[in-house]
Amino acid sequence: MKARVYVMPKNGVLDPQGKAIGHALEGLGFAGVNDVRAGKVIELDLAETNPDAARKTAEEMARKLLANTVIESFRVELA
Amino acid sequence: MKAAIITFPGTNRERDMRTALKRVTGRDPLMLFHRDELPKDIDLVVLPGGFSYGDYLRCGAMAAQSPIMKDVRDFAARGGHILGVCNGFQILIETGLLPGGLLRNASLRFLSMDCHMRVERAGTAFTSRWQKGAIFRSPMAHGDGNYFADDATLDRLEGENLVAFRYTTEAGEVTDAANRNGSVRNIAGIFSPNLRICGLMPHPEDLVDPLMGGTDGLPMFESLAESLVSA
Repeated sequence: MKARVYVMPKNGVLDPQGKAIGHALEGLGFAGVNDVRAGKVIELDLAETNPDAARKTAEEMARKLLANTVIESFRVELA
Repeated sequence: MKAAIITFPGTNRERDMRTALKRVTGRDPLMLFHRDELPKDIDLVVLPGGFSYGDYLRCGAMAAQSPIMKDVRDFAARGGHILGVCNGFQILIETGLLPGGLLRNASLRFLSMDCHMRVERAGTAFTSRWQKGAIFRSPMAHGDGNYFADDATLDRLEGENLVAFRYTTEAGEVTDAANRNGSVRNIAGIFSPNLRICGLMPHPEDLVDPLMGGTDGLPMFESLAESLVSA
């Protein structure tokens, strides 16, 4: 079963990368970009076939390694 | 003082650290690789700078999971002294031995320059050779040194007097301009509650000899050598 872990800078945590991307978009002439946040997506191919169990495992992986929950939040999606 | 320097694939500042430690102890520190075991009779563990595991995932995140870090956690639990510089600070944070996080520099630029720091707490094994409020110069070289913690953690750090160093001007003023990486409250380095673990982004080990251009960083290593004599 495939799982996607979305890792994003937490709300309230400065995201200089997102800010720089926003400035670059402005420079390209894209108007009306209020805010940009940049994170990462981690795709997992898990042997587990039970969706609940797969989600639980992916969340535990995120808490232990994939995200640093001091500065990042995460969300798991099953595909 | 018996010191051990731990390196990982991608560590690249271990030789500077070795020079600094050898200068104050007169003997070579033990050089360990990530698959080695940490001997029991070590007084000081040092995690030097570099780009362990290519900074994959997050700076320090991979090293924090490497085999030797279990020994380092046990060493910390026994009350051992640990110094983490630059990537070493990032590893200590990812290991959970120090609180907070280190974000990309606010400018998004890799900063390779000198900075000035103020000693916020003297009298520790890392700072006993300084007076509180002393200003010293230090090289720094990092892309992700922007210290962050939530307000509750920051208030606890300040309340328990666990901020070790703050970025200041040469005159000792805490200003935004002196805080090149954007760290919250100008924090450059912190202590663990038992004051035996210290992490900081700049490199005091790179100013320990007149040939390097100064000895501003030497007091840190003299403090350690003096405090950890046959501990």
